[in-house]
Amino acid sequence: MTIPFNNPDRPNSYIGKTVPRPNATKLVQGRGRYVDDIVLPRMLHVAFSRSPVAHAKIGTIDLDEAKAVKGVVRIFTGADLAEVCTPWVAVLAHLKGLKSPPEHPLAVDRACWVGEPVVAVVATTRAAAEDAASLVVVDYEELPAVTNTMTALDKDTPVIHPELGDNLAFRRLHEEGDVDAAFANAHKVVFASFRTARHTGVTLEPRSILVDWNPAEGQMTAYHATQAPHMMQTVFAKHLDIPESRVRVICGDVGGSYGIKVHVYPDEVATAAIAKVLGRPIKFIADRLESFSTDIHARDHEIEAKIAVDADGKILAIDVDDWTGIGPYSVYPRTSAIEGNQVVNLCGGPYDFANYRAQTTVVFQNKTPTCQYRAVGHPIAVAITEGLVDMAAAAIGMDPVEIRRRNMYPDDAYPVTSPAKMKFEGLSHHASMDKLMEMMDYDALRADQAEARKRGKYRGIGIASFIELTNPSPFMYGIGGARISAQDGCTVRMDPDGSVVALSGVTEQGQGTEAMLSQVVAEGVGVLPSQVRVITGDTQVTPYGGGTWASRGAGIGGEAALQAARALRGSILEVAAAMLQADAGQLDIRNGQIVDADSGEERMPLEELGRIVYFRGDTLPKDLPRELVQTRHFITMEYPFAFTNGVQASYLEVDTDTGVVTLLKHWCVEDCGRVINPQLVDEQVRGGIVQGLGGALYEEIHYDEDGQLLNGSMADYLVPMAAEMPDMVVGHVETPTKESELGAKGAGEAGTAGAPAAVMNAINDALRPLGAQMTEMPFTPERILRALGKLQD
Amino acid sequence: MTELFRDKVDVSMTVNGEPVEARVPAGQHMIDFLRLELGLTGAHASCEHGVCGACTIRVDGDAVRGCLMLAAQADGAKVWTVEGLTDTSAISDLQDAFVERNALQCGFCTPGMLVAADELLSRGGVPSRAEIREHLSGNYCRCTGYEAIIDAVESVAKGRAVKGTT
Repeated sequence: MTIPFNNPDRPNSYIGKTVPRPNATKLVQGRGRYVDDIVLPRMLHVAFSRSPVAHAKIGTIDLDEAKAVKGVVRIFTGADLAEVCTPWVAVLAHLKGLKSPPEHPLAVDRACWVGEPVVAVVATTRAAAEDAASLVVVDYEELPAVTNTMTALDKDTPVIHPELGDNLAFRRLHEEGDVDAAFANAHKVVFASFRTARHTGVTLEPRSILVDWNPAEGQMTAYHATQAPHMMQTVFAKHLDIPESRVRVICGDVGGSYGIKVHVYPDEVATAAIAKVLGRPIKFIADRLESFSTDIHARDHEIEAKIAVDADGKILAIDVDDWTGIGPYSVYPRTSAIEGNQVVNLCGGPYDFANYRAQTTVVFQNKTPTCQYRAVGHPIAVAITEGLVDMAAAAIGMDPVEIRRRNMYPDDAYPVTSPAKMKFEGLSHHASMDKLMEMMDYDALRADQAEARKRGKYRGIGIASFIELTNPSPFMYGIGGARISAQDGCTVRMDPDGSVVALSGVTEQGQGTEAMLSQVVAEGVGVLPSQVRVITGDTQVTPYGGGTWASRGAGIGGEAALQAARALRGSILEVAAAMLQADAGQLDIRNGQIVDADSGEERMPLEELGRIVYFRGDTLPKDLPRELVQTRHFITMEYPFAFTNGVQASYLEVDTDTGVVTLLKHWCVEDCGRVINPQLVDEQVRGGIVQGLGGALYEEIHYDEDGQLLNGSMADYLVPMAAEMPDMVVGHVETPTKESELGAKGAGEAGTAGAPAAVMNAINDALRPLGAQMTEMPFTPERILRALGKLQD
Repeated sequence: MTELFRDKVDVSMTVNGEPVEARVPAGQHMIDFLRLELGLTGAHASCEHGVCGACTIRVDGDAVRGCLMLAAQADGAKVWTVEGLTDTSAISDLQDAFVERNALQCGFCTPGMLVAADELLSRGGVPSRAEIREHLSGNYCRCTGYEAIIDAVESVAKGRAVKGTT
């Protein structure tokens, strides 16, 4: 029996409706339990002495003064931890040629970025640990630092890891069609350089971990702010030589992730290693400077690109040369080649064109390692693509909406394979664009823009279509050899009181996973969402799963939950049929009651069924299965990824005297397939947009040429604040994926994917009459004034 | 930590309406005192620079950064945190509105955000959206994009205005 999603009046119709988040009330009452809120008996704190220079040989380490600090229990160097923790190498077999040296929890012999942990100080209080860490004296013999991405491969640039031969971590060239011929014969060719700044996630809760090793049980318990508890279980087990079954990772409330908390960090592994050595709980909470210097960074791409169009605006070819610097190590275990790889996969995404060439060059440098951060690669690829398309439109005098309509895949074209060899099951670019035009009243906005210009105001409209990769299969990591699960599982059980417990391998980071699961399970079983208790984030309790990343929670975890719930419904009905002497097919479960499917007449509350099964099983037929618990796992099989699509628009005003951009309004229409909870999806989109707006206007990690981090505080690294952000209008088109009954694809990254390009195009739309063009993010007042020729020094 | 900061200071204050007497290190921040000594983990330490607002608490009626204030400075003060404001139902309408509007995601900024929002609302009247945005600009939220928060605060302002309460 399938669920008639098109009928909003069907029984138990929770999928598709806004239901409250079960965990929201505790959070507004300050009753969340984040890792730093947990205190264990005999707990110690670790603080790290970190490299103050970008590249140096580690000489003698003098710990005398540090050891003298009251409260210090033990101090560990890289050599100490190397004895109890094996190093890791972050490569994946399917990213051919990717190389990276072994990385240790604490630097051994050599430090390779400012912030790399070198010495770990364990003390009875955090204050004592920090005091002592500041007294650690390390003799750093400075080595030349590699900081410029574009010259990293030059002959006279020092090689960071001599054993690897050069500073090239990864390079991939993809070519489809005859690109050179297409450019040679094109009506118009437009060239542009793009730059996306180095970002970091700035989770308000810093990275946090508390590890307890119980030698009596031979068990490690890590309370960890992570997106992937099972992955971390594997990592701790493997590198600390503990059976995987003896590592338990518990992930309670997490104060924001956005991709930052899905990676393996040396200081966190060091914390686990130290816990194992000392046999006492060890807590590590990053401070804000540590967040800026050691949370993964992302973006930081420099791109040369060109587009060829014919006289009708049809795209003939796109050519992209992308460069990115990833720091001294590829980050374990997902690797740091993915963002560049995504740029190759995603450029030109919405458009039906034949000739495509893209190359990404990923180099080592002496800066904080980069890795996957919300919307990995998408903001870059969308900025390149949509920037080029707008420039081409301007070059041939065509409206930016019209040129997109002429090139987007028709909505009835699917399935199709893109020139980047991405497979699209079903997208809705035209329907989404139509909806956007209606929502924003494009023509009226153009009129307002013209009116404003008469008053000397420079307003601009920017459009950005995009595709977004969600619901990844093992093609993302598993085929490369990483133990990162693309499948996910859910166990659903009914307890004696008729309530339902759902245990899921996907995790809650604030996006609403638990609400989503509660309503999916409620509908699947036939109970109220409030009767479903959701448990996530405990490797010893939940089914094995991948966790929360790449917009997979609803699409993968939600489908597993739905199938488990449907199976439990079947089990319940089988028992009910026996008790009521009825045919199971004639019964249904609605609002926690067994009812006649046809009439809806109530036959028995689930509570009564629970009472009989759990306390009077003697009254049931001997051979009747009475397991009121079902587990289902789900994995996508037909497509490597479930692509979604959408289109965003920005309306803004540029003050040409100050260079300040004022965001007037923002729109997004996106198609994430089945919308399970409209409010949660909208808020994911809004939050994602604002993260993208931060990248467009404010966010930029600065280094000097020696690799010194220059803005490691929230006062210096700007993120969006309430006053500068616009109101956002969000709309949806729904093209459910046929891979699952639920039909859901991901929604968490769409906002971030498209917002920077929309803003860039809007700024350029505003400034075009003045002959200025911006392609280097963030679009700060200084850069805008330089583009306008008003700042020249 | 210098020797000066190691000195202990006797403090007497009320926290969430209850008397608290303590001997605190001179260098201990208020947020650490609340979290570590009193077990009040609702307010959070995040930027430790007074920028992000996650540690915002109410001290003598004002929204104050718990990371910029020393516990020693709270001698004689009336301190309220999200726990006490919850127990007394002082901000229940605001909390309900945050849940209803999904004006929180990870919840880490929320206790501070609520205190900051309540400070604005306690002035009475119905602030404009721009005024709400301006007032909350010292409180970072990395999840929501702020709009839902503005909506929630605006709806409470309107609700309180109708009821004639502030």
